[in-house]
Amino acid sequence: MKLIVESLPVLLKGTLVTIELTLAGLTLGLVIAIPVSFFQVYGARVPRLVCSIYERTFRSIPLLVLLMLIFYGLPEVGIKLEPFFACVLGLGLRSSAYQSQIFRGAILSVGKGQSVAALSLGMTRFQVFRHIVFPQALRFSIVPWTNELTIVLKDSSMAYALGVVELLRQGSYIIARTYEPMLIFLLCAAIYLALTIFANRILGFVEKKLRIPGFETREVVH
Amino acid sequence: MSFAEVFIQAIPKLLNGLLVTFYMTAFAAIFGLVFGTILCVWRVYANRLVSLVSTGFIELIRGTPMLVQLFILYYGLPVYGIRLSPLIAALIGFTMNSAAYQAEYIRGAIHSIGSGQMRAALAIGMGKWQAVRSIILPQALRLVIPAWTNEFIYLLKYTSMAYIIGAPEMMAQAKFIASRNFEFFKVYLITAFIYLTVVWIASFFFSWLERKLRIPGTVVGER
Amino acid sequence: MNQQPVLKIVDLRKKYGTTEILKGVSLELKKGETKVIIGPSGTGKSTLLLCINRLVEPDSGKVFLEGEEITPKNVHRMRQKIGFVFQDFNLFNHLTALDNVRIGLIKVQKIRKAEATEIAMEQLKKVGLADKAHLYPSQLSGGQKQRVAIARALATRPKVILFDEPTSALDPELIGEVLSVMVDLAKSGMTMLVVTHELGFARSVADEIVFMENGVIVEQGTPSEIFTNPKTERTRQFLRRLTELYGEERK
Ligand SMILES: Nc1ncnc2c1ncn2[C@@H]1O[C@H](COP(=O)(O)OP(=O)(O)OP(=O)(O)O)[C@@H](O)[C@H]1O
Ligand SMILES: [Mg+2]
Repeated sequence: MKLIVESLPVLLKGTLVTIELTLAGLTLGLVIAIPVSFFQVYGARVPRLVCSIYERTFRSIPLLVLLMLIFYGLPEVGIKLEPFFACVLGLGLRSSAYQSQIFRGAILSVGKGQSVAALSLGMTRFQVFRHIVFPQALRFSIVPWTNELTIVLKDSSMAYALGVVELLRQGSYIIARTYEPMLIFLLCAAIYLALTIFANRILGFVEKKLRIPGFETREVVH
Repeated sequence: MSFAEVFIQAIPKLLNGLLVTFYMTAFAAIFGLVFGTILCVWRVYANRLVSLVSTGFIELIRGTPMLVQLFILYYGLPVYGIRLSPLIAALIGFTMNSAAYQAEYIRGAIHSIGSGQMRAALAIGMGKWQAVRSIILPQALRLVIPAWTNEFIYLLKYTSMAYIIGAPEMMAQAKFIASRNFEFFKVYLITAFIYLTVVWIASFFFSWLERKLRIPGTVVGER
Repeated sequence: MNQQPVLKIVDLRKKYGTTEILKGVSLELKKGETKVIIGPSGTGKSTLLLCINRLVEPDSGKVFLEGEEITPKNVHRMRQKIGFVFQDFNLFNHLTALDNVRIGLIKVQKIRKAEATEIAMEQLKKVGLADKAHLYPSQLSGGQKQRVAIARALATRPKVILFDEPTSALDPELIGEVLSVMVDLAKSGMTMLVVTHELGFARSVADEIVFMENGVIVEQGTPSEIFTNPKTERTRQFLRRLTELYGEERK
């Protein structure tokens, strides 16, 4: 018990880094994913193809390999990154692939009939997107996006391998001093669990706020 | 070293590692399906206590990183005198993890089958468990095939984590080679490329298989 | 002569939350009798049928099949003697028509496969679908699905069959084929309790029509009584609306 109380502040410091990694990675992913998904849906053939290949590539490489490549590999071609930023880049690149898949799917699942109907009212293409497609696609995106958020959160633990002092690394430092691996790792697990539940709650709340009758999008996702 | 030299030097070890990666993936995907089915059936159909316990387990696993789970198995369990080899710890960890996710896929499938099937099975005199076995699961497991293949590919990538606790899969081999010849960029690039190829081949293979295996009875929810 | 009713329902009650759906329903069916239940939507007709074989657990009341009370203990055995035909068919999607019909025989009654197949084929022939035995539900039309569902209900040789709006999920041109199977069934002496709004069927086949509203039986009588001379104003109104909606006769 005493150990829990003593390690908690240290673990929470690590938790903060975990949260920073998650948010930075997600944001980077979002910034890349928006144009990528756009090009995939509305782009000409060549950009569409390029973005498709981009998405598939970064979905297919394990995050850990990506991290190693960035952190140990890139210095050889003259790009040297701090472990933290290497992780953000890795998490962001991979998440951008998944996020663009989410947005692409969301845009495409707004039926063609919606656009046709809007065009028939005399809207411009931009207006159609802004007023008809986007509001619906946004709602379709929330659930998978929540899911992506928790995936990035959990996978930020791989930063451990690069020596970023996030939650898990802080945990292992404490263990090195106290030899209490079970207790400390369970504590780490509990913190992660609290974070994922919290993230789900917030986005569940947002989802409820934006809900439209007949527009239930909850489903089992991973 | 030139790229070709690194390639020739690295490829036998990497392919050896790939084999281990494959074994781990297949093991976790298959036993994950078995245990996932059990967990799901408990969650949906068992009495409250059992249902609550399996729900708790599923959510616990899904809410925490796989790496933490591996650490608990590999570093935590020895506290209680249970010492697992890296490979065994990884196999158990991946299987448990996959079981939790697969249980949720199956639950989704059961949900989409609808309650009418259960009702009709009970109406002809089946017991609950018999209905689950001969009416619900055959349909749910068929519906879950695409999710299962996704899970397989997901595991293919995530088993790379086993290297952190020292299981001899492909990532560990890459690290080993790179720390010898210091050609980090080239070795990891080759590794990335192998993963890419394997994942793509697996995706193509599975989508081909799904098309091939489609039978009329799998169309569910159609009237 | 055995004058004991095949099915006897005594004071069945069911609440969902605080709303009473069934407020004490009693009903009897003698051997070979066909009774048709009509009534507005949300009145508890489906709930009544589901409570009979305890697919929905009633709060109180009793149901007897050939004098034996249906209890949670014997319900699986009793359900084999009560056929149930659902509004939305509920054919097992992963099984062919033949397997749908014989699965109850094989899995529940543990009859040998060859014998079960023979019985199942006989039932499929009875509903005119022997040639579709090896098709999956998704390959059948709505009317064919419902006929398979009837064959499935018949296969276990039930003492009574409950039909819950068997034709209301069907396109109009498919209703006839299902009704004609049901007419044949009634004529062959099967005991049937049918929820339907097909007045033509009710008029020509039913021994008695039961008008239900708000969880109680308002009125019951022979078709000619109910159609030409209903005792309550509500029954008259409902029948008039139904006639406007569905048209009276359908052949
Ligand atoms: N599982 C349930 N939980 C709560 N309420 C229910 C449930 N099932 C049915 N009800 C309610 O009970 C009432 C009676 O339903 P029921 O299906 O028995 O009516 P019905 O007479 O068969 O109507 P219909 O002609 O539309 O089929 C309805 O108001 C319905 O909303
Ligand atoms: Mg009904």
